Amino acid sequence: MADEQQPAEDLPEPAQPKEIAPESEIKGPPQSLVADSETPNAEEPKQEAPAAYSSARSGPAGEEVRDVTSRERGRINRRELLKLVPLIAIGAFAIPQLQEPLLMDGLGFSDWASGKLFGRHRLAQTFSDNDVVPFRRFPYNYYDVVDPEVDLDRWTLTVEGLVKRPGDYKLQQIQALSKVVQNTRHVCVEGWDVIGNFGGTRASDFLRWLGADLTARYLEVECADQYYESIDMATVLHPQTLFCYEMYGKPLDRGHGAPLRLQMPIKLGYKQAKYLDTIRVTNVLKGGKRGYWEDQGYDWYGGL
Amino acid sequence: MATSATVVGSKKPDTITVAYEHPWVVRGAHWLNAVAVFVLITSGLRIFRAFPSFGPKIPQRNFWVPPPGITLGGWLAGALQWHFTFMWIFAGSGLMYVVYQIVTGHWRQVLFMPRDIKGVWPMARHYFLFGKKPVVEAAYNPLQKLAYTSTIFFGAMSFLTGLVLYKPAQFWWLAWPMGGFHFARIWHFVAMCGFVAFIPGHLIMVLLHGWNNFYSMMTGWKRDPEYLN
Repeated sequence: MADEQQPAEDLPEPAQPKEIAPESEIKGPPQSLVADSETPNAEEPKQEAPAAYSSARSGPAGEEVRDVTSRERGRINRRELLKLVPLIAIGAFAIPQLQEPLLMDGLGFSDWASGKLFGRHRLAQTFSDNDVVPFRRFPYNYYDVVDPEVDLDRWTLTVEGLVKRPGDYKLQQIQALSKVVQNTRHVCVEGWDVIGNFGGTRASDFLRWLGADLTARYLEVECADQYYESIDMATVLHPQTLFCYEMYGKPLDRGHGAPLRLQMPIKLGYKQAKYLDTIRVTNVLKGGKRGYWEDQGYDWYGGL
Repeated sequence: MATSATVVGSKKPDTITVAYEHPWVVRGAHWLNAVAVFVLITSGLRIFRAFPSFGPKIPQRNFWVPPPGITLGGWLAGALQWHFTFMWIFAGSGLMYVVYQIVTGHWRQVLFMPRDIKGVWPMARHYFLFGKKPVVEAAYNPLQKLAYTSTIFFGAMSFLTGLVLYKPAQFWWLAWPMGGFHFARIWHFVAMCGFVAFIPGHLIMVLLHGWNNFYSMMTGWKRDPEYLN
Protein backbone atom coordinates (compact mmCIF):
# COMPACT_ATOMS: atom_id res chain seq x y z
CA MET A 1 0.00 0.00 0.00
CA ALA A 2 1.56 3.22 -1.14
CA ASP A 3 1.34 5.50 1.82
CA GLU A 4 1.15 8.84 0.13
CA GLN A 5 -0.52 10.47 3.10
CA GLN A 6 2.55 9.96 5.21
CA PRO A 7 3.20 12.96 7.42
CA ALA A 8 5.76 15.25 5.93
CA GLU A 9 8.00 15.22 8.95
CA ASP A 10 8.75 11.55 8.43
CA LEU A 11 10.51 12.40 5.24
CA PRO A 12 13.64 14.37 4.83
CA GLU A 13 12.79 17.45 2.83
CA PRO A 14 10.00 15.83 0.77
CA ALA A 15 9.49 18.86 -1.40
CA GLN A 16 13.09 18.96 -2.48
CA PRO A 17 14.62 16.80 -5.16
CA LYS A 18 16.99 14.27 -3.71
CA GLU A 19 20.60 15.06 -3.90
CA ILE A 20 21.91 12.26 -5.99
CA ALA A 21 25.55 11.80 -6.58
CA PRO A 22 26.27 12.50 -10.22
CA GLU A 23 27.03 8.92 -11.14
CA SER A 24 26.86 8.40 -14.83
CA GLU A 25 23.95 6.02 -15.57
CA ILE A 26 22.42 5.91 -12.15
CA LYS A 27 19.97 8.52 -11.16
CA GLY A 28 17.44 8.92 -8.45
CA PRO A 29 13.81 7.93 -8.63
CA PRO A 30 11.09 10.58 -8.51
CA GLN A 31 10.55 11.95 -5.08
CA SER A 32 7.04 10.53 -4.78
CA LEU A 33 8.34 7.02 -5.24
CA VAL A 34 11.16 7.51 -2.81
CA ALA A 35 8.48 8.36 -0.31
CA ASP A 36 6.96 4.95 -0.96
CA SER A 37 10.19 3.23 -0.14
CA GLU A 38 9.85 4.46 3.44
CA THR A 39 13.53 4.99 3.72
CA PRO A 40 14.82 8.26 5.02
CA ASN A 41 18.14 7.54 3.42
CA ALA A 42 18.08 9.02 -0.03
CA GLU A 43 21.18 7.17 -1.02
CA GLU A 44 19.84 3.65 -0.60
CA PRO A 45 17.86 3.26 -3.83
CA LYS A 46 20.90 4.42 -5.68
CA GLN A 47 23.00 1.65 -4.22
CA GLU A 48 20.45 -1.04 -5.05
CA ALA A 49 20.02 0.03 -8.66
CA PRO A 50 21.64 -2.23 -11.23
CA ALA A 51 24.43 -0.63 -13.14
CA ALA A 52 22.81 -1.10 -16.53
CA TYR A 53 19.56 0.64 -15.70
CA SER A 54 18.81 3.51 -13.53
CA SER A 55 16.74 2.81 -10.47
CA ALA A 56 14.15 0.22 -11.37
CA ARG A 57 10.87 1.06 -9.66
CA SER A 58 7.20 0.28 -9.86
CA GLY A 59 4.30 1.94 -11.61
CA PRO A 60 0.78 2.12 -10.20
CA ALA A 61 -0.07 -1.39 -11.33
CA GLY A 62 3.16 -2.84 -10.09
CA GLU A 63 4.82 -2.76 -13.48
CA GLU A 64 8.54 -2.19 -13.65
CA VAL A 65 9.56 1.36 -14.52
CA ARG A 66 13.03 2.37 -15.65
CA ASP A 67 14.81 5.44 -16.90
CA VAL A 68 16.97 4.36 -19.78
CA THR A 69 19.07 5.92 -22.45
CA SER A 70 17.95 5.71 -26.02
CA ARG A 71 20.46 2.91 -26.68
CA GLU A 72 19.32 0.91 -23.68
CA ARG A 73 15.72 1.32 -24.76
CA GLY A 74 16.58 -0.02 -28.19
CA ARG A 75 18.31 -2.99 -26.60
CA ILE A 76 15.51 -3.97 -24.20
CA ASN A 77 12.92 -3.49 -26.95
CA ARG A 78 14.86 -5.76 -29.29
CA ARG A 79 15.20 -8.36 -26.58
CA GLU A 80 11.45 -8.34 -25.94
CA LEU A 81 10.66 -8.44 -29.66
CA LEU A 82 12.85 -11.53 -30.00
CA LYS A 83 10.64 -13.34 -27.50
CA LEU A 84 7.74 -12.96 -29.94
CA VAL A 85 9.70 -14.21 -32.95
CA PRO A 86 8.30 -17.77 -32.67
CA LEU A 87 4.87 -16.30 -33.36
CA ILE A 88 5.97 -15.52 -36.91
CA ALA A 89 5.64 -19.27 -37.51
CA ILE A 90 1.89 -18.79 -37.72
CA GLY A 91 2.54 -16.83 -40.90
CA ALA A 92 3.25 -20.20 -42.54
CA PHE A 93 -0.52 -20.50 -42.93
CA ALA A 94 -0.35 -17.63 -45.42
CA ILE A 95 2.14 -19.45 -47.65
CA PRO A 96 0.15 -21.29 -50.33
CA GLN A 97 2.47 -24.31 -50.50
CA LEU A 98 2.35 -24.83 -46.74
CA GLN A 99 -1.27 -23.93 -46.12
CA GLU A 100 -2.90 -27.19 -47.15
CA PRO A 101 -0.46 -29.52 -45.35
CA LEU A 102 -0.75 -27.39 -42.20
CA LEU A 103 -4.53 -27.40 -42.28
CA MET A 104 -4.47 -31.16 -42.84
CA ASP A 105 -2.26 -31.46 -39.76
CA GLY A 106 -4.74 -29.33 -37.84
CA LEU A 107 -7.62 -31.48 -39.02
CA GLY A 108 -5.65 -34.63 -38.19
CA PHE A 109 -4.92 -33.34 -34.70
CA SER A 110 -8.61 -32.56 -34.18
CA ASP A 111 -9.51 -36.07 -35.33
CA TRP A 112 -6.92 -37.56 -32.98
CA ALA A 113 -8.30 -35.52 -30.09
CA SER A 114 -11.83 -36.50 -31.06
CA GLY A 115 -10.88 -40.16 -30.83
CA LYS A 116 -9.45 -39.52 -27.36
CA LEU A 117 -12.60 -37.66 -26.26
CA PHE A 118 -14.84 -40.44 -27.48
CA GLY A 119 -16.37 -42.47 -24.70
CA ARG A 120 -16.86 -46.03 -25.82
CA HIS A 121 -19.80 -46.48 -23.51
CA ARG A 122 -21.09 -42.92 -23.58
CA LEU A 123 -24.43 -42.90 -25.33
CA ALA A 124 -25.74 -40.18 -27.58
CA GLN A 125 -28.92 -38.59 -26.30
CA THR A 126 -32.14 -40.41 -27.10
CA PHE A 127 -35.51 -38.73 -27.36
CA SER A 128 -39.15 -39.40 -26.71
CA ASP A 129 -41.52 -40.02 -29.60
CA ASN A 130 -42.88 -36.49 -29.13
CA ASP A 131 -39.49 -35.01 -30.03
CA VAL A 132 -39.21 -36.94 -33.29
CA VAL A 133 -39.89 -34.78 -36.36
CA PRO A 134 -42.60 -36.04 -38.71
CA PHE A 135 -41.25 -38.28 -41.45
CA ARG A 136 -42.15 -35.77 -44.19
CA ARG A 137 -39.85 -33.23 -42.54
CA PHE A 138 -36.88 -35.59 -42.38
CA PRO A 139 -34.65 -34.27 -45.20
CA TYR A 140 -33.49 -36.40 -48.09
CA ASN A 141 -29.84 -35.59 -48.58
CA TYR A 142 -27.93 -36.73 -51.64
CA TYR A 143 -24.50 -36.10 -53.01
CA ASP A 144 -25.01 -36.56 -56.75
CA VAL A 145 -26.93 -39.80 -57.18
CA VAL A 146 -30.61 -39.36 -56.32
CA ASP A 147 -31.57 -43.03 -56.52
CA PRO A 148 -29.16 -45.80 -57.55
CA GLU A 149 -32.20 -47.99 -58.26
CA VAL A 150 -31.13 -50.93 -56.17
CA ASP A 151 -32.96 -54.15 -57.08
CA LEU A 152 -34.38 -54.76 -53.61
CA ASP A 153 -35.47 -58.36 -54.34
CA ARG A 154 -32.05 -59.54 -55.44
CA TRP A 155 -30.00 -57.34 -53.11
CA THR A 156 -27.37 -58.92 -50.89
CA LEU A 157 -24.72 -57.44 -48.62
CA THR A 158 -21.23 -58.57 -49.53
CA VAL A 159 -19.00 -59.10 -46.47
CA GLU A 160 -15.23 -59.15 -46.97
CA GLY A 161 -12.00 -58.84 -45.05
CA LEU A 162 -11.12 -59.99 -41.55
CA VAL A 163 -14.21 -62.13 -40.89
CA LYS A 164 -14.59 -65.85 -40.31
CA ARG A 165 -17.65 -66.04 -42.55
CA PRO A 166 -17.31 -63.75 -45.55
CA GLY A 167 -19.94 -63.93 -48.29
CA ASP A 168 -23.20 -62.45 -49.49
CA TYR A 169 -25.96 -62.00 -46.94
CA LYS A 170 -29.66 -61.44 -47.50
CA LEU A 171 -31.54 -58.69 -45.67
CA GLN A 172 -33.59 -61.34 -43.84
CA GLN A 173 -30.41 -62.76 -42.31
CA ILE A 174 -29.49 -59.34 -40.93
CA GLN A 175 -33.04 -58.78 -39.71
CA ALA A 176 -32.99 -62.14 -37.93
CA LEU A 177 -30.64 -60.64 -35.35
CA SER A 178 -32.22 -58.67 -32.54
CA LYS A 179 -33.72 -55.38 -33.61
CA VAL A 180 -32.95 -52.05 -31.97
CA VAL A 181 -35.21 -49.02 -32.38
CA GLN A 182 -33.97 -45.62 -31.28
CA ASN A 183 -34.98 -41.95 -31.48
CA THR A 184 -31.72 -40.15 -32.07
CA ARG A 185 -30.39 -36.94 -33.53
CA HIS A 186 -29.06 -36.95 -37.06
CA VAL A 187 -26.55 -34.08 -37.32
CA CYS A 188 -25.44 -32.73 -40.68
CA VAL A 189 -22.03 -31.10 -41.04
CA GLU A 190 -23.84 -28.18 -42.70
CA GLY A 191 -25.31 -27.23 -39.36
CA TRP A 192 -28.84 -28.59 -39.38
CA ASP A 193 -30.06 -31.58 -37.44
CA VAL A 194 -33.17 -33.66 -37.16
CA ILE A 195 -34.42 -36.15 -34.60
CA GLY A 196 -35.62 -39.31 -36.26
CA ASN A 197 -36.76 -42.82 -35.50
CA PHE A 198 -34.44 -45.57 -36.70
CA GLY A 199 -34.60 -49.34 -36.51
CA GLY A 200 -31.99 -51.91 -37.34
CA THR A 201 -29.42 -54.42 -36.22
CA ARG A 202 -26.58 -53.41 -33.95
CA ALA A 203 -23.41 -53.36 -36.04
CA SER A 204 -21.56 -55.01 -33.17
CA ASP A 205 -24.10 -57.90 -33.10
CA PHE A 206 -23.79 -58.42 -36.83
CA LEU A 207 -19.98 -58.32 -36.81
CA ARG A 208 -19.84 -60.81 -33.91
CA TRP A 209 -22.24 -63.07 -35.75
CA LEU A 210 -19.98 -62.88 -38.79
CA GLY A 211 -16.97 -63.78 -36.66
CA ALA A 212 -15.27 -60.52 -37.50
CA ASP A 213 -11.92 -59.57 -36.02
CA LEU A 214 -13.11 -56.91 -33.60
CA THR A 215 -9.55 -55.80 -32.95
CA ALA A 216 -9.28 -54.66 -36.56
CA ARG A 217 -9.07 -50.91 -36.99
CA TYR A 218 -11.71 -50.06 -39.57
CA LEU A 219 -14.93 -50.97 -41.27
CA GLU A 220 -14.99 -49.95 -44.91
CA VAL A 221 -18.30 -49.68 -46.72
CA GLU A 222 -19.11 -49.35 -50.40
CA CYS A 223 -22.48 -48.27 -51.68
CA ALA A 224 -24.66 -48.87 -54.71
CA ASP A 225 -24.44 -45.16 -55.56
CA GLN A 226 -20.61 -45.29 -55.65
CA TYR A 227 -20.44 -43.56 -52.27
CA TYR A 228 -17.90 -45.05 -49.88
CA GLU A 229 -16.93 -44.61 -46.25
CA SER A 230 -14.63 -45.93 -43.56
CA ILE A 231 -15.38 -45.94 -39.85
CA ASP A 232 -13.13 -46.49 -36.84
CA MET A 233 -13.86 -49.80 -35.10
CA ALA A 234 -14.62 -48.18 -31.71
CA THR A 235 -17.53 -46.37 -33.35
CA VAL A 236 -18.69 -49.46 -35.19
CA LEU A 237 -18.84 -51.35 -31.90
CA HIS A 238 -20.71 -48.56 -30.12
CA PRO A 239 -24.07 -49.87 -28.87
CA GLN A 240 -26.02 -47.22 -30.84
CA THR A 241 -24.37 -47.95 -34.18
CA LEU A 242 -26.90 -49.67 -36.41
CA PHE A 243 -27.17 -51.32 -39.76
CA CYS A 244 -30.46 -49.54 -40.26
CA TYR A 245 -33.27 -51.01 -42.35
CA GLU A 246 -36.25 -49.14 -40.87
CA MET A 247 -37.27 -45.55 -40.34
CA TYR A 248 -40.44 -44.60 -38.51
CA GLY A 249 -41.41 -48.27 -38.33
CA LYS A 250 -41.38 -48.74 -42.09
CA PRO A 251 -38.76 -50.29 -44.36
CA LEU A 252 -36.15 -47.77 -45.43
CA ASP A 253 -37.39 -45.95 -48.53
CA ARG A 254 -35.32 -45.35 -51.64
CA GLY A 255 -34.51 -41.77 -50.71
CA HIS A 256 -33.08 -42.76 -47.36
CA GLY A 257 -30.87 -45.57 -48.65
CA ALA A 258 -32.97 -48.72 -49.12
CA PRO A 259 -32.51 -51.41 -48.24
CA LEU A 260 -29.69 -50.89 -45.70
CA ARG A 261 -27.73 -47.92 -44.40
CA LEU A 262 -25.44 -47.02 -41.54
CA GLN A 263 -27.03 -45.11 -38.67
CA MET A 264 -24.66 -43.79 -36.03
CA PRO A 265 -25.88 -41.06 -33.66
CA ILE A 266 -22.25 -40.50 -32.63
CA LYS A 267 -21.19 -39.54 -36.17
CA LEU A 268 -21.99 -36.74 -38.60
CA GLY A 269 -24.43 -37.40 -41.42
CA TYR A 270 -21.86 -37.87 -44.16
CA LYS A 271 -20.49 -40.92 -42.33
CA GLN A 272 -23.93 -42.60 -42.44
CA ALA A 273 -23.56 -44.30 -45.80
CA LYS A 274 -26.77 -45.29 -47.60
CA TYR A 275 -27.49 -48.10 -50.14
CA LEU A 276 -24.90 -50.42 -48.54
CA ASP A 277 -23.47 -52.91 -50.99
CA THR A 278 -20.20 -54.18 -49.50
CA ILE A 279 -18.67 -54.03 -46.04
CA ARG A 280 -15.07 -54.89 -45.28
CA VAL A 281 -13.26 -55.35 -41.97
CA THR A 282 -9.70 -54.17 -42.40
CA ASN A 283 -6.61 -52.73 -40.76
CA VAL A 284 -5.51 -50.70 -43.75
CA LEU A 285 -7.40 -48.01 -45.64
CA LYS A 286 -6.65 -47.71 -49.29
CA GLY A 287 -4.89 -44.43 -49.99
CA GLY A 288 -7.23 -41.76 -51.25
CA LYS A 289 -10.26 -43.93 -50.46
CA ARG A 290 -11.13 -42.93 -46.91
CA GLY A 291 -14.58 -41.64 -47.71
CA TYR A 292 -16.35 -39.75 -50.47
CA TRP A 293 -16.39 -36.37 -48.72
CA GLU A 294 -13.30 -36.99 -46.60
CA ASP A 295 -11.20 -37.42 -49.74
CA GLN A 296 -12.29 -33.93 -50.75
CA GLY A 297 -11.35 -32.28 -47.47
CA TYR A 298 -13.88 -33.11 -44.76
CA ASP A 299 -12.52 -34.62 -41.59
CA TRP A 300 -12.37 -38.37 -41.47
CA TYR A 301 -13.37 -38.95 -37.87
CA GLY A 302 -16.60 -36.94 -38.11
CA GLY A 303 -17.52 -37.84 -34.54
CA LEU A 304 -20.11 -36.12 -32.42
CA MET B 1 10.31 13.96 -23.26
CA ALA B 2 7.21 14.01 -21.20
CA THR B 3 9.04 13.24 -18.00
CA SER B 4 10.76 16.56 -17.89
CA ALA B 5 13.47 17.73 -15.59
CA THR B 6 10.97 19.73 -13.59
CA VAL B 7 9.35 16.51 -12.39
CA VAL B 8 12.49 14.68 -11.46
CA GLY B 9 15.28 17.04 -10.82
CA SER B 10 17.89 14.32 -10.79
CA LYS B 11 16.83 12.75 -14.07
CA LYS B 12 19.43 13.01 -16.75
CA PRO B 13 18.11 14.86 -19.75
CA ASP B 14 19.03 12.09 -22.19
CA THR B 15 17.10 9.29 -20.49
CA ILE B 16 13.66 7.97 -21.32
CA THR B 17 11.16 6.65 -18.81
CA VAL B 18 9.77 3.26 -19.85
CA ALA B 19 7.31 0.97 -18.09
CA TYR B 20 7.04 -2.78 -18.66
CA GLU B 21 3.30 -3.00 -19.20
CA HIS B 22 2.84 -6.29 -21.01
CA PRO B 23 4.88 -9.38 -20.10
CA TRP B 24 5.70 -11.63 -23.04
CA VAL B 25 3.06 -14.22 -22.09
CA VAL B 26 0.37 -11.56 -22.38
CA ARG B 27 1.76 -10.22 -25.65
CA GLY B 28 2.13 -13.69 -27.12
CA ALA B 29 -1.38 -14.66 -26.08
CA HIS B 30 -2.73 -11.39 -27.48
CA TRP B 31 -1.23 -11.77 -30.93
CA LEU B 32 -1.95 -15.48 -31.23
CA ASN B 33 -5.50 -14.79 -30.17
CA ALA B 34 -5.85 -11.88 -32.57
CA VAL B 35 -4.93 -14.11 -35.49
CA ALA B 36 -7.11 -16.97 -34.23
CA VAL B 37 -10.16 -14.75 -33.72
CA PHE B 38 -9.79 -13.34 -37.23
CA VAL B 39 -9.57 -16.85 -38.73
CA LEU B 40 -12.38 -18.25 -36.58
CA ILE B 41 -14.81 -15.43 -37.40
CA THR B 42 -14.19 -15.50 -41.15
CA SER B 43 -14.17 -19.30 -41.42
CA GLY B 44 -17.14 -19.47 -39.05
CA LEU B 45 -19.16 -17.24 -41.35
CA ARG B 46 -18.36 -19.59 -44.23
CA ILE B 47 -19.53 -22.52 -42.11
CA PHE B 48 -22.69 -20.60 -41.24
CA ARG B 49 -23.23 -19.99 -44.95
CA ALA B 50 -23.75 -23.75 -45.47
CA PHE B 51 -26.93 -23.49 -43.39
CA PRO B 52 -27.59 -19.81 -42.69
CA SER B 53 -30.48 -20.50 -40.38
CA PHE B 54 -31.26 -21.23 -36.76
CA GLY B 55 -34.45 -23.10 -37.54
CA PRO B 56 -35.23 -26.52 -38.96
CA LYS B 57 -33.93 -27.83 -42.28
CA ILE B 58 -37.48 -28.25 -43.55
CA PRO B 59 -38.79 -25.66 -44.06
CA GLN B 60 -35.56 -23.69 -44.13
CA ARG B 61 -35.76 -19.96 -43.41
CA ASN B 62 -32.48 -18.21 -43.95
CA PHE B 63 -31.43 -15.81 -41.24
CA TRP B 64 -28.54 -14.09 -43.01
CA VAL B 65 -26.29 -15.38 -45.79
CA PRO B 66 -22.77 -14.04 -45.20
CA PRO B 67 -21.27 -12.68 -48.44
CA PRO B 68 -18.34 -14.84 -49.60
CA GLY B 69 -16.01 -11.84 -49.55
CA ILE B 70 -15.92 -11.76 -45.74
CA THR B 71 -15.42 -15.50 -45.38
CA LEU B 72 -12.41 -17.78 -45.32
CA GLY B 73 -11.98 -21.31 -46.65
CA GLY B 74 -13.71 -21.13 -50.03
CA TRP B 75 -16.24 -23.84 -49.18
CA LEU B 76 -17.60 -25.63 -46.16
CA ALA B 77 -14.82 -28.23 -45.89
CA GLY B 78 -12.10 -25.61 -46.34
CA ALA B 79 -13.68 -23.40 -43.70
CA LEU B 80 -13.97 -26.35 -41.30
CA GLN B 81 -10.25 -27.06 -41.77
CA TRP B 82 -9.40 -23.50 -40.72
CA HIS B 83 -11.91 -23.59 -37.88
CA PHE B 84 -10.76 -26.94 -36.50
CA THR B 85 -7.11 -25.89 -36.71
CA PHE B 86 -7.35 -22.42 -35.20
CA MET B 87 -9.79 -23.39 -32.46
CA TRP B 88 -6.80 -24.99 -30.71
CA ILE B 89 -4.73 -21.83 -31.06
CA PHE B 90 -7.66 -19.76 -29.81
CA ALA B 91 -8.32 -21.99 -26.81
CA GLY B 92 -4.62 -22.43 -26.07
CA SER B 93 -3.76 -18.75 -26.12
CA GLY B 94 -6.89 -17.87 -24.16
CA LEU B 95 -6.06 -20.43 -21.50
CA MET B 96 -2.44 -19.24 -21.41
CA TYR B 97 -3.61 -15.67 -20.74
CA VAL B 98 -6.21 -16.56 -18.12
CA VAL B 99 -3.88 -18.86 -16.20
CA TYR B 100 -1.12 -16.25 -16.29
CA GLN B 101 -3.44 -13.53 -15.00
CA ILE B 102 -4.62 -15.75 -12.16
CA VAL B 103 -1.15 -16.93 -11.16
CA THR B 104 0.38 -13.45 -11.19
CA GLY B 105 -2.65 -11.79 -9.61
CA HIS B 106 -2.78 -9.33 -12.51
CA TRP B 107 -6.45 -10.13 -12.97
CA ARG B 108 -7.15 -7.64 -10.19
CA GLN B 109 -6.15 -4.79 -12.48
CA VAL B 110 -8.26 -5.77 -15.43
CA LEU B 111 -11.23 -7.82 -14.26
CA PHE B 112 -14.45 -5.82 -14.38
CA MET B 113 -16.06 -5.83 -10.95
CA PRO B 114 -19.39 -4.47 -9.70
CA ARG B 115 -17.61 -1.44 -8.26
CA ASP B 116 -16.52 -0.48 -11.80
CA ILE B 117 -20.09 -0.15 -13.05
CA LYS B 118 -20.50 3.46 -11.97
CA GLY B 119 -17.38 4.49 -13.86
CA VAL B 120 -18.44 3.09 -17.23
CA TRP B 121 -20.79 5.84 -18.32
CA PRO B 122 -18.49 8.82 -17.55
CA MET B 123 -15.74 7.09 -19.52
CA ALA B 124 -18.05 6.24 -22.43
CA ARG B 125 -19.26 9.86 -22.42
CA HIS B 126 -15.66 11.01 -22.62
CA TYR B 127 -14.82 8.73 -25.54
CA PHE B 128 -17.98 8.90 -27.60
CA LEU B 129 -19.54 12.25 -26.65
CA PHE B 130 -16.35 14.22 -26.03
CA GLY B 131 -17.13 14.75 -22.37
CA LYS B 132 -14.28 15.58 -20.03
CA LYS B 133 -11.99 12.74 -19.12
CA PRO B 134 -12.70 11.30 -15.70
CA VAL B 135 -9.77 10.92 -13.35
CA VAL B 136 -8.51 7.36 -13.50
CA GLU B 137 -6.15 6.19 -10.81
CA ALA B 138 -6.04 2.52 -11.74
CA ALA B 139 -4.07 0.90 -14.54
CA TYR B 140 -7.24 0.40 -16.57
CA ASN B 141 -10.32 2.56 -16.62
CA PRO B 142 -13.76 1.01 -16.03
CA LEU B 143 -14.66 0.99 -19.73
CA GLN B 144 -11.40 -0.75 -20.58
CA LYS B 145 -12.02 -3.31 -17.86
CA LEU B 146 -15.50 -3.90 -19.22
CA ALA B 147 -14.21 -4.32 -22.77
CA TYR B 148 -11.32 -6.62 -21.87
CA THR B 149 -13.37 -8.68 -19.45
CA SER B 150 -16.09 -9.06 -22.07
CA THR B 151 -13.56 -10.62 -24.47
CA ILE B 152 -12.77 -13.24 -21.85
CA PHE B 153 -16.47 -13.81 -21.37
CA PHE B 154 -17.16 -14.11 -25.10
CA GLY B 155 -14.07 -16.27 -25.49
CA ALA B 156 -15.25 -18.71 -22.83
CA MET B 157 -18.72 -18.63 -24.35
CA SER B 158 -17.34 -19.39 -27.83
CA PHE B 159 -15.28 -22.22 -26.44
CA LEU B 160 -18.07 -23.89 -24.47
CA THR B 161 -20.77 -23.48 -27.12
CA GLY B 162 -18.26 -24.59 -29.75
CA LEU B 163 -17.54 -27.71 -27.74
CA VAL B 164 -21.25 -28.55 -27.70
CA LEU B 165 -21.56 -27.97 -31.46
CA TYR B 166 -18.42 -29.99 -32.19
CA LYS B 167 -19.21 -32.94 -29.88
CA PRO B 168 -22.91 -32.82 -29.00
CA ALA B 169 -23.05 -36.53 -28.19
CA GLN B 170 -20.10 -36.36 -25.78
CA PHE B 171 -21.12 -33.05 -24.17
CA TRP B 172 -24.91 -33.15 -24.31
CA TRP B 173 -25.00 -32.29 -20.57
CA LEU B 174 -23.15 -29.08 -21.35
CA ALA B 175 -25.85 -28.16 -23.87
CA TRP B 176 -28.53 -28.36 -21.22
CA PRO B 177 -27.68 -25.07 -19.38
CA MET B 178 -27.42 -23.37 -22.78
CA GLY B 179 -31.00 -24.29 -23.58
CA GLY B 180 -30.13 -27.27 -25.75
CA PHE B 181 -28.20 -28.03 -28.90
CA HIS B 182 -30.01 -25.47 -31.07
CA PHE B 183 -29.43 -22.69 -28.59
CA ALA B 184 -25.75 -23.60 -28.45
CA ARG B 185 -25.54 -22.61 -32.12
CA ILE B 186 -27.31 -19.32 -31.40
CA TRP B 187 -25.04 -18.56 -28.43
CA HIS B 188 -21.99 -19.44 -30.51
CA PHE B 189 -23.17 -16.86 -33.05
CA VAL B 190 -23.88 -14.31 -30.30
CA ALA B 191 -20.38 -14.77 -28.89
CA MET B 192 -19.00 -14.11 -32.37
CA CYS B 193 -21.09 -10.92 -32.47
CA GLY B 194 -19.50 -9.95 -29.15
CA PHE B 195 -16.04 -10.13 -30.71
CA VAL B 196 -17.26 -8.29 -33.80
CA ALA B 197 -18.52 -5.52 -31.50
CA PHE B 198 -15.29 -5.38 -29.51
CA ILE B 199 -12.79 -5.34 -32.37
CA PRO B 200 -13.65 -2.01 -34.09
CA GLY B 201 -13.77 -0.17 -30.76
CA HIS B 202 -10.47 -1.73 -29.76
CA LEU B 203 -8.82 -0.82 -33.07
CA ILE B 204 -10.10 2.76 -32.94
CA MET B 205 -8.67 3.14 -29.45
CA VAL B 206 -5.35 1.75 -30.62
CA LEU B 207 -5.31 4.24 -33.51
CA LEU B 208 -6.20 7.13 -31.21
CA HIS B 209 -3.47 6.26 -28.75
CA GLY B 210 -0.80 6.13 -31.37
CA TRP B 211 2.34 4.19 -32.15
CA ASN B 212 3.89 4.27 -28.67
CA ASN B 213 0.87 2.54 -27.18
CA PHE B 214 0.70 0.02 -30.04
CA TYR B 215 4.43 -0.67 -29.88
CA SER B 216 4.12 -1.52 -26.19
CA MET B 217 2.02 -4.55 -27.19
CA MET B 218 5.02 -5.63 -29.27
CA THR B 219 7.88 -4.94 -26.85
CA GLY B 220 6.06 -4.79 -23.54
CA TRP B 221 7.80 -1.48 -22.75
CA LYS B 222 5.82 1.73 -23.00
CA ARG B 223 7.71 4.96 -23.44
CA ASP B 224 6.77 7.88 -21.19
CA PRO B 225 3.67 6.25 -19.73
CA GLU B 226 1.03 8.87 -19.13
CA TYR B 227 0.41 7.78 -15.54
CA LEU B 228 3.95 8.75 -14.53
CA ASN B 229 3.61 12.33 -15.74
